[in-house]
Amino acid sequence: MQELMDLFSNVFELNWQMVVMWIIGGILIYLAIKKDMEPTLLLPMGFGAILVNLPFSGAITQGKEEGALSVLYEAGIANELFPLILFIGIGAMIDFGPLLSNPILMLFGAAAQFGIFFTLCLASMFFDITDAAAISIIGAADGPTAIVVANKLKSQYIGAIMVAAYSYMALVPMIQPPVIKLLTTKKERRIRMAYTQRPVSKTTRILFPIIITILAGLIAPASVSLIGFLMFGNLIRECGVLNSLSETAQKVLANLITIFLGITVASQMVAEKFLAAETLLILGLGLFAFIFDTAGGVLFAKFLNLFLKEKINPVIGAAGISAFPMAGRVAHKIVQKEDPTNFVLMQATGVNVSGQIASVIAGGLILNFFL
Amino acid sequence: MLSAFAAFDPYQFVANLKYMGLGMLGIFIVICVVILITYFLNKVTSPKSDDK
Repeated sequence: MQELMDLFSNVFELNWQMVVMWIIGGILIYLAIKKDMEPTLLLPMGFGAILVNLPFSGAITQGKEEGALSVLYEAGIANELFPLILFIGIGAMIDFGPLLSNPILMLFGAAAQFGIFFTLCLASMFFDITDAAAISIIGAADGPTAIVVANKLKSQYIGAIMVAAYSYMALVPMIQPPVIKLLTTKKERRIRMAYTQRPVSKTTRILFPIIITILAGLIAPASVSLIGFLMFGNLIRECGVLNSLSETAQKVLANLITIFLGITVASQMVAEKFLAAETLLILGLGLFAFIFDTAGGVLFAKFLNLFLKEKINPVIGAAGISAFPMAGRVAHKIVQKEDPTNFVLMQATGVNVSGQIASVIAGGLILNFFL
Repeated sequence: MLSAFAAFDPYQFVANLKYMGLGMLGIFIVICVVILITYFLNKVTSPKSDDK
């Protein structure tokens, strides 16, 4: 009998915290499959959360025994490699056309970073300033930026920050609509915006990523790899002679990295680290960051409308949070709900793309302040 | 476990507002430069001039 007990002794090492993490993992898997929320990320994260919360899980390093996920973490996230490579794929996916056609839309991308800096102040009431800065970057609504900035700032809360960043990105369709509706009237949401697609030359499309990289590198050298990899991906797309590489970056490369990224992020979801009051606080602050980002974009559009003859639909301001391409689609859906004949998708996409650039620049500024 | 709550200091919010001001100012300056560059690029490389 004793031998039988010994055989299954590991089962008795199970504790309630591990079970709670299984439930959290299960919820992430449910959201991914049933609700189709960022399944490429939430599913590996959910499964990984279960995998690392088994007693003496061999997936993570236990004493001298190295675990595969811990090795992947050191090889791909601790040195920022995975998020940066993913940025090549994201850069290759982005069409800057709507933005280059209407550059003024970039202002909304800037305004919608308000949540980052407001959350920095909020978080500083609870955490030391570098941890607060790392937490505030959840508001970049961009997983790779959050990982790189939190890593460079050597935050001890990187696990919770990564989970919050990716989870809230997936929850954008649930977080943004109530905030937008609270801040806008029905009449404002029905504002029609004329869209004139100005032709953008191939030369502009090629020079844009190169110039932005130089500019961002001069202003925030610590984060130049972020914008650099994003723009490199975009250059592959726009140059016209690397179509095969562009397709690989957009699909195969991005998918492969995402698989590893999701499950490796989960290696930080070990119960004893994750189930802490600080984690809940970080999740709450991350939510605030997304809410105030959305508010920043919407209120900025309303402010501009005080001076403009041709009014802007303030809903597109909310697309300025990075979360590409979801935030743009959410803005368009809200407008369509009010008036199915009103199309703002191109403007919202332009704002959304500008949010991608602005969030990386915001990450660079945060690093400039605190590194 | 509750160290973050124990360290709660509301004065830090006001003390760090400067980062909010500087950060937002910084980001608007950079974006305005990007907008100007984009307008310039569109101007000098318009499809018409590309065709020439």
